[in-house]
Amino acid sequence: MSFAIARNLAKKNKALRPAQNLLPANDTPSASETGQHSLLRFITCGSVDDGKSTLIGRVLYEAGAVFDDQLSALDSDSRKFGTQGAAPDFALLVDGLSAEREQGITIDVAYRYFATDRRSFIVADTPGHEQYTRNMATGASTADLAIILIDARKGLLPQTRRHSFIVSLVGVRHVVVAINKMDLVGYDEAVFEQIAADYRAAVQNLGFASIRFIPVSARDGENVMRPSALMPWYDGPALLPYLESVAIAPSAPRDEGFVLPVQWVNRPDLDFRGYAGTPVAGRARVGDPIVALPSGRTSRIARLIGAAGEASQIAAGQAATVTLEDDIDISRGDVIAAAGSTLPVSRGLKARLLWTGERAMLEGGQFLVKLATQSANATVEALHHSIDIEGFQPLPAQSLRMNGIGLVTLRLDRPLVSLPYARSHELGGFILIDRISNETVAFGFVEPGEGEARQAVGEGGALARAQRGVLRIVGRKGTPDRRAWLAAVSWRVLSTAGLFVAAFALTANVPASLALAFGDILLRPGLRALHMRLWRKVPTGTLQDGAGI
Amino acid sequence: MIQLSHLQKLEAEAIFIIREVVATSDKPVLLYSIGKDSAVLLHLAMKAFYPAKPPFPLLHVDTTWKFRDMIAFRDETAARLGLDLIVHINQEGVRAGISPFASGSRVHTDVMKTQGLKQALDLYKFDAAFGGARRDEEKSRAKERVFSLRSPEHRWDPKNQRPEPWQLFNTRKHRGESFRVFPLSNWTERDVWDYIALENIPVVPLYFAAPRPVVRRDGAWIMRDDERMELLPGEVVETRMVRFRTLGCYPLTGAVESEAASLTDIIAEMRSSRSSERQGRVIDHDGSGSMEQKKQEGYF
Repeated sequence: MSFAIARNLAKKNKALRPAQNLLPANDTPSASETGQHSLLRFITCGSVDDGKSTLIGRVLYEAGAVFDDQLSALDSDSRKFGTQGAAPDFALLVDGLSAEREQGITIDVAYRYFATDRRSFIVADTPGHEQYTRNMATGASTADLAIILIDARKGLLPQTRRHSFIVSLVGVRHVVVAINKMDLVGYDEAVFEQIAADYRAAVQNLGFASIRFIPVSARDGENVMRPSALMPWYDGPALLPYLESVAIAPSAPRDEGFVLPVQWVNRPDLDFRGYAGTPVAGRARVGDPIVALPSGRTSRIARLIGAAGEASQIAAGQAATVTLEDDIDISRGDVIAAAGSTLPVSRGLKARLLWTGERAMLEGGQFLVKLATQSANATVEALHHSIDIEGFQPLPAQSLRMNGIGLVTLRLDRPLVSLPYARSHELGGFILIDRISNETVAFGFVEPGEGEARQAVGEGGALARAQRGVLRIVGRKGTPDRRAWLAAVSWRVLSTAGLFVAAFALTANVPASLALAFGDILLRPGLRALHMRLWRKVPTGTLQDGAGI
Repeated sequence: MIQLSHLQKLEAEAIFIIREVVATSDKPVLLYSIGKDSAVLLHLAMKAFYPAKPPFPLLHVDTTWKFRDMIAFRDETAARLGLDLIVHINQEGVRAGISPFASGSRVHTDVMKTQGLKQALDLYKFDAAFGGARRDEEKSRAKERVFSLRSPEHRWDPKNQRPEPWQLFNTRKHRGESFRVFPLSNWTERDVWDYIALENIPVVPLYFAAPRPVVRRDGAWIMRDDERMELLPGEVVETRMVRFRTLGCYPLTGAVESEAASLTDIIAEMRSSRSSERQGRVIDHDGSGSMEQKKQEGYF
């Protein structure tokens, strides 16, 4: 194949794409299911030196995902850095940073990709050291399953409990406990059974849907790819076959209806105004009634564009662009939801935080919160308690240190749409950002229970709508919004008085000066509204959101 | 709930990342390196903003040693899609006579690629640059974030990367800092080819096997793409059926002998292959930590 065929390919594409219409208009999913199997994302975690990276390296090797040139590099690396004498040190396949290879530890999460005939896998190899817990939590946040390694010689360690807790905190519901280094305990069944019993007792309150115990030797590959002849007493599947077959049920059933956090307003010209984003729940069809949150304005879906072009319906997880029948004001950070949505919209969040910042968190601290595509300024109103992540018990606390977990209430300067994390990871997981260093200082997990403005937005009688409208303008009592509104009113009164004085000084005519002053106070809001309306017609290009997030 | 296939998930994730960059940066650019990964990235960018065009230009850092077929394909692609294409050449390097033959691969790559890229980003004040790099390409890439923060000097600090839980990217940066963003982070070489086949994405013909003039040098088949490549004593130009798994500067890119002349053949060949795609890259073999070092210095 040379230019001719490449040109034919290009021509073929062109035939599908009329000048202004670059994508074919049809409903077939663009990346079809043909030949594609399911994907399992998993992590490995556990204490330092219990062989996580070695196990991943071994799994990659057994699955045929290590190429010959990588194996020859591994041989020379093993001689230089390896801890296994002349034998290949499989951990060096995954520890990619120089510092990691020199120190023989994993610092940062590494993602590796492999596929067998039955499944595609993305594995996050996460660090065991306590100081890198945030990297471990990062890997866990997108995982379907966690492999928790336990050194058969050592049994349960504090880090085993910490990691199990974090795995449950981020919502991983399936756990494989790989009891490693069985070769060093003589492949003794009693050791395996004792550790399994200890683990079950330790995590009984963490709500895992499944826990599977597998005795392995990562270094020698026992029970990794195929059942080990050295452990005939174990009659379960080896690790890799188990990962290929384990069923991962979708997380909690979703009854929220269609929810699209608006990521980007696509305005190429005056004729097209599309709201782009990835729906996090439900599905939408052309013609469906929707409500924009937090404004509560309603409309209907006019057009839907998916990854393959015009579509008649879009479901959660697919890249979408939506246009509406009415020209209502929606920007990045707003949420388009099915009409009648009961999604909570609130200026307060009760949440668990995993603190990742270098400096400890104190009550009163101010941060930026980013939740889905929404952002707001947040103040830590209260730190209710911290959680001892080895005993899983609440403890009274004044501050949260790095890697600490606590329950807080956050006060927000604008209402955000959220759901408890247990119901939606997309609308219940957030990060806090330090305003000065820009560091990501916390992972947040929304908890149920911050009961403010829980009524269905866009629902209710005319009176309720009017009340909400007034509240949007004047703000709630005691909030910064109410203060800002009062300040605006007093400023308007003062500037009108000033205008009257100036007019009187020039004309010495009381009625004319009064007319001018009152004319100003009446005309100015109308002019401003008109002016802002005109400005909204000007395409903005970038920066829908002044916060830069 | 619809179950999305593996490729559909990767596609949606990449489009999400591309939109996130555009929504949060002042002046993004797509680093277009002409290869298969760039082709997929560009295709996804077209989808992300449809019916509008992607609101950013393409930037190609030309080392002046790319295959001629690549340059032709680059110009044809930009014209076909109606996109702005910026071509930047490090003129200081040209004046200094830098070439892979005279200066060696390390100096050539540093001056013409890394320094050239930094010059272009500074010149146009781009604050976010998309790249087609994938984590499965190389060990230190496996550790990189999707949003990789670079200092005003374009340096990468591998030990101090921001955590990226879920799909929540912290896109805040200080003045002068910038992001390198990798929407294809979670794709593998196989995913890229499967997607190219599925979506009929045009790619440079050099990926397909054809009779080409090659020279055996340092254990690799180097294609003699123009007269600038002088033959060493004992070297002869042979015509062989070869193709390329990755594309870069022609003197630094080894061809593989292959009969795979169609996408189906390529995918079949890749599945049975026992070597990684970067094996043909001369610059990757300057020592185990060399990619990490180059990246710290500002290489993509």
